[in-house]
Amino acid sequence: MTALPPKSDVKLGLVIDLDTCVGCHACVISCKGWNTENYGAPLSDQDAYGENPSGTFLNRVHSYEVQPEQGAAQTIHFPKSCLHCEDAPCVTVCPTGASYKRAEDGIVLVNEDACIGCGLCAWACPYGARELDQAAGVMKKCTLCVDRIYNENLPEEDREPACVRTCPSGARHFGDLGDADSAVSKLVEERGGMDLMPELGTKPVNKYLPPRPKDQGNEIDILAPLLAPIATETSGFLGWLDRNLEKI
Amino acid sequence: MHPAPSVILFSVLSGLGFGMLAWLGIGKPPMTGFSAFIFFFVAYALSVGGLLSATFHLGNPKNSLKAFSQWRTSWLSREGCCAIAALTVMGVYAIGAIFFETHWMFVGVIGAMLSVVTVFTTSMIYAQLKTVPRWNHWSTPVLFVSLSIFGGALMTGQVTVAMYGFVAVGLIQIFAWFISDSSFSKSGTTIETATGLGNIGKVRMFEPPHTGTNYLLKEMVYVIGRKHAAKLRLIAIILMIVIPILMIGMGAQHGIKAIIAVLSHVVGVFASRWLFFAQAEHVVGLYYGKRG
Repeated sequence: MTALPPKSDVKLGLVIDLDTCVGCHACVISCKGWNTENYGAPLSDQDAYGENPSGTFLNRVHSYEVQPEQGAAQTIHFPKSCLHCEDAPCVTVCPTGASYKRAEDGIVLVNEDACIGCGLCAWACPYGARELDQAAGVMKKCTLCVDRIYNENLPEEDREPACVRTCPSGARHFGDLGDADSAVSKLVEERGGMDLMPELGTKPVNKYLPPRPKDQGNEIDILAPLLAPIATETSGFLGWLDRNLEKI
Repeated sequence: MHPAPSVILFSVLSGLGFGMLAWLGIGKPPMTGFSAFIFFFVAYALSVGGLLSATFHLGNPKNSLKAFSQWRTSWLSREGCCAIAALTVMGVYAIGAIFFETHWMFVGVIGAMLSVVTVFTTSMIYAQLKTVPRWNHWSTPVLFVSLSIFGGALMTGQVTVAMYGFVAVGLIQIFAWFISDSSFSKSGTTIETATGLGNIGKVRMFEPPHTGTNYLLKEMVYVIGRKHAAKLRLIAIILMIVIPILMIGMGAQHGIKAIIAVLSHVVGVFASRWLFFAQAEHVVGLYYGKRG
């Protein structure tokens, strides 16, 4: 059913730390690796070794430059995947009931056996979290690795989304954001976790931790005198050399 | 947004077809027998042909029947249900008019209302999307429905109604263009709200997540042809509104002038609908450093 379920107490989601993400794209690759051979149709590529490759990914890492009014610009790597919104517009627009939000844990999924590939859910999503697979013709999106997190065939440490498991800098956290005492909720509380495009009213479950303020100290200036430009007006021997070299 | 030919074809043709059915349903023109058959044939060819062309847009059409199930929440599902209901009810009415030389007014009026509601549900598929500020406005359904009703009036020979109607449609179209040009900047969604980084400073795309293209860019960050938008708008309004009004003014009840009026109108609506898609900016473009 594409009606949203009643509000659930459990809200599984990700917390992404924009301060520690180094932009290595390991989460992109591990996501594609896991999800191309598990839940639903594989994540196909088109012209993968040709001139114009493209393909389906459930997680992508953008990089932005942020220029404060004063001081140096910052580079911020920005992983983006489905935010498993509480008021998910992608769910209610679906004509077939293929797009749904699970009542028990809030994960937004696509039932590929009912998807007609009309693409309206991708239009309704502000975040670009859904991509229509060009080979299978069905909508693909982050499943929060629903086939890992409850999978008792996996060792316990692997029962988290592939992107979280693989992140080498610990920038991705998985947990229950509906539980105020969970580690992820405390992290959001401490670091001022934020929503993307809050004005659109989607109420994302996933939160982003803003970069910590950068140091603005003067200590880097010890080398600054050595970097000052040399005198433009020269005199003495160097002046004589400069003038004569100029003439050659 | 990508102006998919199948979706443009669908919305233009089915809009005209359902507009015709709306007029036929209230007995205008009051035809029976073979001449009624011709009118119903054209109206059904347009509306059903349009609906069929929409299925070419689907990635996985084998599940299409399921699309009638979610009418409680989905405008696309409502559209499917209304279209089938309108075509069925109007089919009963057409049988009466063609074979029994009678107009079952009650059936016709219900069919006419369902036809108009179908076009309204089509327009709401686009107007509901907060992610496309240009569409997310009441002028979208007003434009779609008025174009359908008065285009249908022209097609069914209600030329006087069509002439006055087209004046109104032209004004609505110009108003919609005027309003929608600033809708993205007025929506308040920016690269700063998209990334949440606005309180640090000005945000700019540094490196995209992929060097090639992808579904999102092809489908929602379409930018080709925008530079000719102003010229195309002028062409659209002349073909869609001005020429048909002139032809009607010169007496386009039948014959060559009527054909010119209809063809000009249809081509104009295609141009307008192409612009409706090609000019629409989706907020996901912000993540790619492209406004729309």
